[in-house]
Amino acid sequence: MSMFESLAIQIVEMLIVLLAAPLLTGFVRKVKARLLRKRGPPVLQPYRDLIKLTKKEAVIAESASWLFRVIPYLVFAATWVAAALVPTFGAGLMFSWSADMIAITALLGSARFFLALAGMDVGTSFGGIGSSREMMFATLAEPAMLMIVFTLALIAGSTQLSTVAAFMLSPAVGLRVSLGLAMVGLVIVAIAENARIPVDNPATHLELTMVHEAMVLEYSGRHLAMIELSAQLKLVLYVSMIACIFVPYGLAPPGAGPRELMIGAAAYFTKLAGAGALLALFETSVAKMRVFRAPDFIGVALMLGLLATLLRFVSREM
Amino acid sequence: MTLAGDLVAIGGLLALGPAALTLSRVRHLSSLIYGGVFLICLLLTGGALRGLLAGAAPEALTLPLGLPWLGAHFRIDALSGFFLAVVNFAAAAASFYALGYGRHEKAQSRILPFFPPFVAAMNLVVLADDAYVFLLSWELMSLASWALVMAHHREGDNARAGYVYILMATLGTFALLLAYGLLGGADGDLSFSGMRGHPPSAAVAGAVLALALIGAGSKAGLTPLHIWLPLAHPAAPSHISALMSGVMTKVAIYGFLRIVFDLLGPAAWWWGVPMMATGAATAVVGVLFALLHNDLKRVLAYSTIENIGVIFIALGLSLAFETNGQGTAAALAMTAALFHMLNHSLFKSLLFFGSGAVLTATDERDMGRLGGLLNAMPLSGLFMLVGAGAISALPPLNGFASEWLIFQAILLSPSLPSWTLKLEIPAVGALLALAAALAGACFVRLFGVSFLGRPRGEAARRAKEVDRFMLGAMGALAALCLVAGVLPGYVIDALSPIVHLLVGARMAPQTDLGWLAIAPVAESRSSYDGMLVFLFIASSALLAAAVIHRLASDATRIAPAWDCGFPDSNPATQYTPESFAQPIRRVFTGFVFRAREKVDMPAPGDPRPAHFGLSIQDLVWDFVYRPVTRGVQAGADRLNRLQFLTIRQYLSLVFGALVLLLLALAIWT
Repeated sequence: MSMFESLAIQIVEMLIVLLAAPLLTGFVRKVKARLLRKRGPPVLQPYRDLIKLTKKEAVIAESASWLFRVIPYLVFAATWVAAALVPTFGAGLMFSWSADMIAITALLGSARFFLALAGMDVGTSFGGIGSSREMMFATLAEPAMLMIVFTLALIAGSTQLSTVAAFMLSPAVGLRVSLGLAMVGLVIVAIAENARIPVDNPATHLELTMVHEAMVLEYSGRHLAMIELSAQLKLVLYVSMIACIFVPYGLAPPGAGPRELMIGAAAYFTKLAGAGALLALFETSVAKMRVFRAPDFIGVALMLGLLATLLRFVSREM
Repeated sequence: MTLAGDLVAIGGLLALGPAALTLSRVRHLSSLIYGGVFLICLLLTGGALRGLLAGAAPEALTLPLGLPWLGAHFRIDALSGFFLAVVNFAAAAASFYALGYGRHEKAQSRILPFFPPFVAAMNLVVLADDAYVFLLSWELMSLASWALVMAHHREGDNARAGYVYILMATLGTFALLLAYGLLGGADGDLSFSGMRGHPPSAAVAGAVLALALIGAGSKAGLTPLHIWLPLAHPAAPSHISALMSGVMTKVAIYGFLRIVFDLLGPAAWWWGVPMMATGAATAVVGVLFALLHNDLKRVLAYSTIENIGVIFIALGLSLAFETNGQGTAAALAMTAALFHMLNHSLFKSLLFFGSGAVLTATDERDMGRLGGLLNAMPLSGLFMLVGAGAISALPPLNGFASEWLIFQAILLSPSLPSWTLKLEIPAVGALLALAAALAGACFVRLFGVSFLGRPRGEAARRAKEVDRFMLGAMGALAALCLVAGVLPGYVIDALSPIVHLLVGARMAPQTDLGWLAIAPVAESRSSYDGMLVFLFIASSALLAAAVIHRLASDATRIAPAWDCGFPDSNPATQYTPESFAQPIRRVFTGFVFRAREKVDMPAPGDPRPAHFGLSIQDLVWDFVYRPVTRGVQAGADRLNRLQFLTIRQYLSLVFGALVLLLLALAIWT
């Protein structure tokens, strides 16, 4: 494949995740509303919200520093770069080699680092509560994610996500215990990292239950739009990651022709819809946990990740 | 620069100490001394770097000093050269910083005479080629730094810090003395070349490893010998703290490397096991303690302990690979360890400089009284943010590059045959990941509480930006954190001769890969490109900002904080360092440190103020140090009776001792 073509595919993938991000969030909200027998906002509502936010004036607190205005762009950039490195419809991403799964985890960690700082910047108690709880979740979710990355890397013999996805497409994978453990762990991490029920509630503005929303409480206008878009991108990123590792069916292998790419795109959107529906179903069927129950929940992911890695160290078959 | 030139320069440093004493009347003495140290250290750094990059051959020199039958041996090879560069670069930065910082210092005469000899002693440890010079320089380093810790001996707990430090330093030197005694063997050959020629038996080598772990490990801050470090490092003036944390701990690691990887001969497979175990424990304990303390400099000192743990994990991995004949994997782990050492010396110095800037501007070290400093000190805040990001391993900064290499080394370890290692390494990996995540939380807390938010006290409200020297030193280090992060390939290639010296293998050259990427094993397996990640982040952030500013509304209004409609103008309602750490404390430290919160809330109508107390119990003190001190105390009480004997009893005591000694001698031969 020529350099131009692969560059084109890379750019298309970057744009797809960016454009599909609000759609997925809107879809999840719609399904959730239908499950509760409500009509729910239109699927395209998140786009309208974003446009509305960018047209409004931004209100900035008096005590905010210059960092407060920079952080939305930094968070967005780190999340977008991470999302651009996750295969969506084709496994052969051009820049996949520039950052592997560990680096993607760390990029998301950077976004969280800055978001937590933003929560503390204005100097309100809500911002502080959000930042401190978010960092507490992160201290469990990040090692859990790394242990899952270890497991996958030991199975596929590579930490490059594109290579892992290509390996998962090949018949050499088979059914493995460690893979199952890693999948459950990754789903838990994804739920925690995206501030979904039962760890956090994306729809709430009830003071004592919010974590992510508390951190970004002081943002408004275009800055809030960037942060909302980053959160939506993160959801797409995790869904794409789970899809390309554990449900790689239809994913176009590296160097695929246009037909395979079309199939890959169709499969990708089906997977997004399926994952969105499952997420909505899960969120409507469980209750939110108390904050200090959440560490137990995320701790399960850490233990599963550790167990899966240990299995890979002990036996090549599992 | 040749070795003789280096030694002359170090002699110059040694001479600056007494000079500071005799010239104490001269005006601008501190600028003179710090300027002199800065120039000499810059010269030494340049010479060491040139030797390293040109691949200079080892050079040895014997001076007719010290023990008459031994002389003083000095030698510079790639390992010494690397540490020489690290020590002197950081010392140069610290001196440049002190050109500004030193002016605010009240106890000049307690610092200036000891600062140059401290730097010189660290240089001499690195260049020593026999046990005598090594131990002498090591002890000079300990004593000079002890004197610097005691510079403000009347403040707070500093006298106690100095006391604990000198005790632990003595213990460490004693362990090293025994280690060298064992290495020297029956002939008592104290030169390093002699020790290299006669590797000890397996049992003796194990004992030397344990002694080196105690001796060098106590200086570096390995658990449970770390207790002096968070007391002593913060007690010293900030540029000294930066040197102690950023460099002296590295000199300790140099001592460990020299003994275990160079003098001790072929390693046994199990040596890596205790190293990785203590390393992992040190990393997690260090960072958890960092989250429990509010003193800016103490938090940084605990985070040093964490990083030393990380370095020891990588060293242990390297040894495990080496003994199993996996040369390239051993080279990868060793490169990661050296790279992390270099990075830590950069960002830890930077962070201590930042804390010194805060101290200069506010005269306050307690984070709970700071806040909002970023508005008053924009540049210091920016540099501190870079340091915090680097130590939290955020890409594309340098901390991430070295931690990434360590993770890559861990991923190569399933091929090790030993079951102990197979079971240990995944657990170590999990603890390392946990420590990395906790470090992120720790530095969000440190930066967020002290630099963001609203000022919590009058001192923080009046803070002003610091002078150009301090900013210059911090800016240079911050820039290097970024450069080492985006160009890791060059650093890895520059480290390759040292790695080859230590483990007998090297990583494939990284700068050939193109696009400035690094691929430690093979490109299909894993690769990382700091430069591209940096460019991607920068360009997408700029693109987003440009699009938003082109298309979206530019209107901005400055207004009171929203805070869900009930903003409270009192800055005390902000999150404090204690409250920020509360969730993490509750999850992790309830058991480990017996952290207990006590809330005393009076009933409604009761006018008594509410109280909140937090108690942390360090189990290391309770279970290791208390029994030891109690035992020493009890023993001393018993022996005290010997002071009050009659002359006859003394005479019979002497006679009995003589008979016993002669008996022992007779049985021995």
